[in-house]
Amino acid sequence: MEFSGRLRKKLRLACDQKNACYPHSLQFYLQPPSENISLIEFENLAIDRVKLLKAVENLGVSYVKGTEQYQNKLEAEIRKLKFSYRENLEDEYEPRRRDHISHFILRLAYCQSEDLRRWFIQQEMDLLRFRFNILPKDKIQNFLKDSHLHFEAISDEEKTLREQEIIASSPSLNGVKWESESVYKIPFADALDLFRGRRVYLEDGFAYVPLKDIVAIILNEFRANLSKALALTARSLPTVQSDERLQPLLNHLSHSYTGQDYSTQRNAGKISLDQIDSLSTKSFPPCMRQLHKALRDNHHLRHGGRMQYGLFLKGIGLTLEQALQFWKQEFIKGKMDPDKFDKGYSYNIRHSFGKEGKRTDYTPFSCMKIILTNPPSQGDYHGCPFRHSDPELLKQKLQAFKISPTGISQILDLVKGTHYQVACQKYFEMTHNVDDCGFSLNHPNQFFLESQRLLTGGKDIKKESSQPETPQPKPSVQKTRDAASALASLNSSLETELEGLEDYFTLED
Amino acid sequence: MRLRNDGPWGLCSSRQFLWRSSLGQVLYFMESFDPAELPELLKLYYRRLFPYAQYYRWLNYGGVIKNYFQHREFSFTLKDDIYIRYQSFNNQSDLEKEMQKMNPYKIDIGAVYSHRPNQHNTVKLGAFQAQEKELVFDIDMTDYDDVRRCCSSADICSKCWTLMTMAMHIIDRALKEDFGFKHRLWVYSGRRGVHCWVCDESVRKLSSAVRSGIVEYLSLVKGGQDVKKKVHLSEKLHPFIRRSINIIKKYFEEYALVGQDILENKESWDKILALVPETIHDELQKNFQKLHNSLQRWEYLKKIVNTSQNMKNDKCGPWLEWEIMLQYCFPRLDINVSKGINHLLKSPFSVHPKTGRISVPIDLLKVDQFDPFTVPTISSLCRELDVISINEKEREENEADAKPRTRDYKKTSLAPYVKVFEHFLENLDKSRKGELLKKSDLQKEF
Repeated sequence: MEFSGRLRKKLRLACDQKNACYPHSLQFYLQPPSENISLIEFENLAIDRVKLLKAVENLGVSYVKGTEQYQNKLEAEIRKLKFSYRENLEDEYEPRRRDHISHFILRLAYCQSEDLRRWFIQQEMDLLRFRFNILPKDKIQNFLKDSHLHFEAISDEEKTLREQEIIASSPSLNGVKWESESVYKIPFADALDLFRGRRVYLEDGFAYVPLKDIVAIILNEFRANLSKALALTARSLPTVQSDERLQPLLNHLSHSYTGQDYSTQRNAGKISLDQIDSLSTKSFPPCMRQLHKALRDNHHLRHGGRMQYGLFLKGIGLTLEQALQFWKQEFIKGKMDPDKFDKGYSYNIRHSFGKEGKRTDYTPFSCMKIILTNPPSQGDYHGCPFRHSDPELLKQKLQAFKISPTGISQILDLVKGTHYQVACQKYFEMTHNVDDCGFSLNHPNQFFLESQRLLTGGKDIKKESSQPETPQPKPSVQKTRDAASALASLNSSLETELEGLEDYFTLED
Repeated sequence: MRLRNDGPWGLCSSRQFLWRSSLGQVLYFMESFDPAELPELLKLYYRRLFPYAQYYRWLNYGGVIKNYFQHREFSFTLKDDIYIRYQSFNNQSDLEKEMQKMNPYKIDIGAVYSHRPNQHNTVKLGAFQAQEKELVFDIDMTDYDDVRRCCSSADICSKCWTLMTMAMHIIDRALKEDFGFKHRLWVYSGRRGVHCWVCDESVRKLSSAVRSGIVEYLSLVKGGQDVKKKVHLSEKLHPFIRRSINIIKKYFEEYALVGQDILENKESWDKILALVPETIHDELQKNFQKLHNSLQRWEYLKKIVNTSQNMKNDKCGPWLEWEIMLQYCFPRLDINVSKGINHLLKSPFSVHPKTGRISVPIDLLKVDQFDPFTVPTISSLCRELDVISINEKEREENEADAKPRTRDYKKTSLAPYVKVFEHFLENLDKSRKGELLKKSDLQKEF
């Protein structure tokens, strides 16, 4: 897909004309934006916010929320993606505007199913909590007022009058200096979670809430509002989706992978076929390790497995010639007729390298894609073992891979919490004997590259940039691409989905 | 002494006795109420005693919201346990006519719905929704069977009624002072408990979640049969708990140590020992034997749990004493009654089919004096009516001009209870007027 020039698109998501004035570094997103932006900016903002929310999710699982480490890392992420987070900084208009618009764009993408809504709300809440927690005390009251929340801090006299009662009622005041803590007076029904557990002082229909507890209330209010808004958005979605410029993006944004696509043949020719067996145990992620083993054992793989594994091998550097040789050797062992291979399977391999038909260079599957699409059935070996294996079976596999019992139980816990990629990161850490894998796993080829980097001391496979601390796909890679090609790579993976490779691969398994 | 023979329920007249005291008061001595007489008694009750005007005034809430009364669900239980839901009425006269026609044994009040309940079958699926209802509480004596020694299940006596008295004080204080609820109607259930109807405008709109939250806030006694110790306090006492304990303290000695005699003998004090740490059991057992009554034993127990040596054990301390008091005296609410907006609850002025007692409002200023055994039964009221008819006939024969008939209930023992109800209604009216004034003032502002 090519874009000629800048396409102007009228983006009218709201009814009001409102001055794009952002008095605070955070907001409740009560009013949709109403300005014109280009389609490219629309898509870039959306992608950036998805990256941000995924970082929020990852950090929330890897670190305890609210700790200094968590906050520093999250702040770094937000700053990198150029969204707003802190007051008192210079030139805050643009980051705040980006924050505002991107939130509303993502509402369109994430309102479509219960799972998506839940994920979106959770990450947005965590993000808001972080921003609120770093607000300086004097800014809080103004922010609350501007957000139309009727939370008033009570005067010192009123506070002193009720000192004993409020202290006796609020566990959040333990170990906090009474003089410095603000107390807010709100209608009791707005403090449901607090008063039902008798964790707040009630008087004459009002709850006297210390600042710490106000945060919880605000977040609940935010969650309720966002949930309602998403439901409303879902209802008006058909009108938006009828715009064909937006439809592909919105449909795939929630499934999109937004990092490197490992398609460029940077590493082509660096791997020899006889290395593959040892590489599979040392540097392959479990999904590919299991596919490789199945191929060696059965001398065959079904279509789903061939796609997932074949493209992965391309990503790690197999050339077309090597691939053809690799698959043919194996299939022949399975008593396949060499001619049959040439007639059927080799065409497909060449196709996946972009040498046949439409000549699209298919990109290796990202974790998201493997986890969310085409689940394996009986006789299949593709998919994500953390997602698709029954826990008992997964445990056995991990034991066979010689992971320690503590490691296994940690992994199983993460799987239970549906954190499949983090579970895979844990696998990486256990097999490579490191405490922190140092990256946020999004792609099987990323696993491979990181593993090689670790094992060879960074000498062999060169990476574009190495920032081991930042948990996102390397930013400098993104910087060198302009919007059009970022979109192109996104679109090529969209193409893959849209095409339906079934059209091209009609051989019986 | 005159025997009544020509009352409308001729069957029981031979069993009545009337005395006219020199003060002109009429005292009754009566047999217990006979449920077989209900059909006749109810006919009379609904024709001449039920306070329709006040009842309609209540549920109409000033007519401020259109169709509020018309969308209210009532349910009737008829003779032979026939139960009909989704009854609704157009106005007071419609209500009167239907009640007199159907003669319900029991009347329940439900929610205000989105449509007339009696037409709910004509409404599109899913559109018929309960929208508002008073916040209600039901406190039932059977929930205290594990801690009252005098009675069990449906029985009550003056000794255990104190539990209801304490419950009313504790819950009402919290509803008024903590939650700011202004319009609270307490009603005797007719047999073994009390109900509370909170009728503030904002309260009627509360969600099910908030209602559940309120019950949780008011709950301290947790656990069923298999849980021995049902109250656990932490070091910091929430003001609600502290204030509740202060109320219980006023009644504890008389109720628990004298009336219930909870430390009377080994069997009874073993139950208390189950609530205190084992480390002090021996000491308490030994000395309980030596002491003579519950009062002495309780004082001794208080002393032991507060000694510095025993306080080293986390579980000892003044909290232990309070935990016991709360387990024996603190109100026990049924959350299911309160949380559902569409829950149906027995109506005030309904008759209890087993005891014949009227569900009468309780005067909040005289909670301590309320005695469920002096609440009029439907039979006693009908007898009173009968006496009145005779007297009126006599008077009419004696007087030239006929006075306008005053409402019948006013001449019976039901009168004071209707007065309590009217006082409650006046407060509702005052509030409503105040709100309307506020709103009109706001509208005048430019």
